[in-house]
Amino acid sequence: MSRYIARRLLIAIPSLLGISVVLFTVLALAPGDPFEELATNPNVPPEVRANLRAKFGLDDPIYIRYVRWLLAMVQGDWGFSFASRVDVDALIWQRLPTTLFVIGSSQLLALAIALPVGVFAATRPYSLFDQIANTLAFVGFSLPTFFTGLLFILVFSIELDWLPFVYRADIQATGWQWYWEHVKQAIMPVAVLGLFQGASWTRYVRSAVLDVIRLDHVTTARAKGLSERVVVVKHVVRNALIPVVTLVALQMPAVFGGAIVTEQIFRIPGIGSLLIASILNNDTPVVMAVTFVFACLVVVFNLVADLLYGWLDPRISYR
Amino acid sequence: MAGSTLASRTADAGVAGTAAVERRRPFSPGREAWRRFRRHRLALASVAILAVMVLMVVLGPLVWRVPINDIDFTARLSPPTWTHPFGTDDLGQDLLARMLYGGRISLAVGLAAMLVAISVGVLVGAVAGISRGSVDAGLMWLTDLFLSLPPLPVLLLVIYLFRDKLKDVFGPEVGVFILIVVVIGCFRWMPVARLVRAQFFSIREKEFVEAARALGASTTRQVVRHILPNALGPVIVAGTIDVAAAIIAESTLSFLGLGFPPDIPTWGRLLYDAKDYLDFAPHWALFPGAAIFLAVLTINFIGDGLRDALDPRKVL
Repeated sequence: MSRYIARRLLIAIPSLLGISVVLFTVLALAPGDPFEELATNPNVPPEVRANLRAKFGLDDPIYIRYVRWLLAMVQGDWGFSFASRVDVDALIWQRLPTTLFVIGSSQLLALAIALPVGVFAATRPYSLFDQIANTLAFVGFSLPTFFTGLLFILVFSIELDWLPFVYRADIQATGWQWYWEHVKQAIMPVAVLGLFQGASWTRYVRSAVLDVIRLDHVTTARAKGLSERVVVVKHVVRNALIPVVTLVALQMPAVFGGAIVTEQIFRIPGIGSLLIASILNNDTPVVMAVTFVFACLVVVFNLVADLLYGWLDPRISYR
Repeated sequence: MAGSTLASRTADAGVAGTAAVERRRPFSPGREAWRRFRRHRLALASVAILAVMVLMVVLGPLVWRVPINDIDFTARLSPPTWTHPFGTDDLGQDLLARMLYGGRISLAVGLAAMLVAISVGVLVGAVAGISRGSVDAGLMWLTDLFLSLPPLPVLLLVIYLFRDKLKDVFGPEVGVFILIVVVIGCFRWMPVARLVRAQFFSIREKEFVEAARALGASTTRQVVRHILPNALGPVIVAGTIDVAAAIIAESTLSFLGLGFPPDIPTWGRLLYDAKDYLDFAPHWALFPGAAIFLAVLTINFIGDGLRDALDPRKVL
C-alpha cells in the first residue's frame, strides 16, 4: 500500500512540473515589464534600468529564469505581495483552510444527494421518480453557480432574513454560539456548490448503476435469494462507484472554478477571492502562487481518487 | 428483470421501431436520427425555446429600438413597466434592449468557443488516433496535462496578463472577444480529443477501412473520407454541450468583472452590475440570470436528445 502511494506520488511529479512549465510560459509570454515605470521616468537613466534588469536576471534566457523560479518555489520562497505587504505563502496558508472547509463540506453534501437519488432512480429506470430526478438534475447543472448564489441571497437573506450573506472570519462569540454562527454563514455557499455538483453526480451515479445492474453477477445474487438491499448496496453500488470516482476526479478542476465564484459572491476569505482581489490589484506574485496552489490541489485530489479506486476495486494491484 | 434494463428509452424504442420500419422502406441515417430525436420531448421543446431566444436576440434590436445606452435618471431602477418591459438599471438604461444586445455576444461567444474547442479537439484526437507510438503518447500526455489544469484560475491568469495588450491591438470589443473565445476554446478541447481518439481506435480496424486501405487509399483519404465521418456523432453531442459550457464560462468571467468591459452588456456582465442592487432591484439580476439559465438548460437538453439520436449506446 505505502509503495503504491509512493509510486503515485512519483507519477504526480511530472504533471506538477508540466503545470509549472505552462504557468511560467504564460507569464513569460505576457506583455509588460516590471520596470516599465522606470522607462518613462526621466530621473532614471537607462543604464540604471539595464543594470536592474541584469541584477534581477530578466535578460537571461527563458529556461534559466524558469529553473531559478522553480527552485525558489520549491524552497518556499513564493515572493512578496505588492498589495498586502506580506509574504505570499503566509497569505495563502492563512486563507487555504477556509477554502478547503467550504469545498470539502460541499462535496460531502453533493455525495449525500447524488448517491441515494442516483441509485434509487437507476433501480427504477424510467419511473416517475427517475424522470423527475433526471429533469431536476438537468436544471441543477444548468443553473450557473453565480446565479444560484444570487437567488439564495435574494430569498434567504433579503426576503426571509434567515441567513447572513457575508462570510466573516472574526465572529465575536464563544462556545456553541460560535459554532452556530459558523454553520449559519456556511449554509448558503456550501449549498450552492453542493447542489451544483450533486446534480451532475446524480447522472453519473444513475448511469453507472444502470450499467452494473444488468450484469450477470447481480442476477446471480438475486437468484441466491439475497435481499434487494444487500444486492444493491454490496453488489451494485460498490462496482458502480468505480467509474463514478474517475468522473468525479475529472470534474475536480471545475469544482475549484465554482469555489472561486462562490467565494466571490459570499465574500468568503479563501484563496479564490484572494485570486480575484489580487488580479484586480495587479498583484502578480499572488496571482501566480494561487493559480499554482489550485493546480496542486487538482493533482492532490486526483491522487485521492486513485487511492479510492484501489480501495473500491481490489483487482487493482497495489504493487 | 436484471437483464431487461435497456441503455436508454429511445434506444429501446429505436430497436422496436426498426422492426416495424423494415416492412416499409429503409430510412436514411439522417431521418433515422431525426426520428429518434423527436422522441425526446424535452429536447424538442428546447429546440423551439432556443429558436425563439435566438430569433429575439438576432431580430429583437430591429423591433425594440430603444438604444442600449440611453440614460434616463427619472426612471432609475424602475421595475418592469410597459415602457421598460424588463425594468431599468441604476442609470435608467432599458434592460430589454441591453439584454437583446448582450445576448448576441453571449451566444456568439458560446458558438465561436465551441468551434475552437471542436477544431483543436478533432485535430489532436485524429492525429493521435491514426498515428501510433510516440506521437499518440505525447499528444495524450498533453491532453492529460491540460485536463489537470484548473480552467478558471488559468483563464483568469491569462486574461489578467494579456487583456491590455489585445485591447490595444484590436480595440476593446474585438480584442476581449478574441481573447475569451480562444482561451475558453483552448480549455475545452480535451474531452473531444479523447472521444475522437477512442473512436478512431475502433473505427480504423473496421472492415470498410481495411477495404479502403486495400484499394490503395492514402492515410489522409482514409481519415477524411472514411473514419472521420463515422466518428462525428459523439463529437456533435460534445460540441452541443460545449456551447452551454462556454456560455457559462463567459458569464462567469463577466460576473467576476474580468470579462467584457461595462459598455458591452453581456448577460454575465449585467448580473455583475446588478449584484449590488439585489435588495431594491431584484428584476435587474433575475432577467439576465434567467436568460443564461434558459439558454444553458435548452442547449443541454438538445445535447441529450442528440445523444439519443446519434449515439444511442450511451446513457450518460
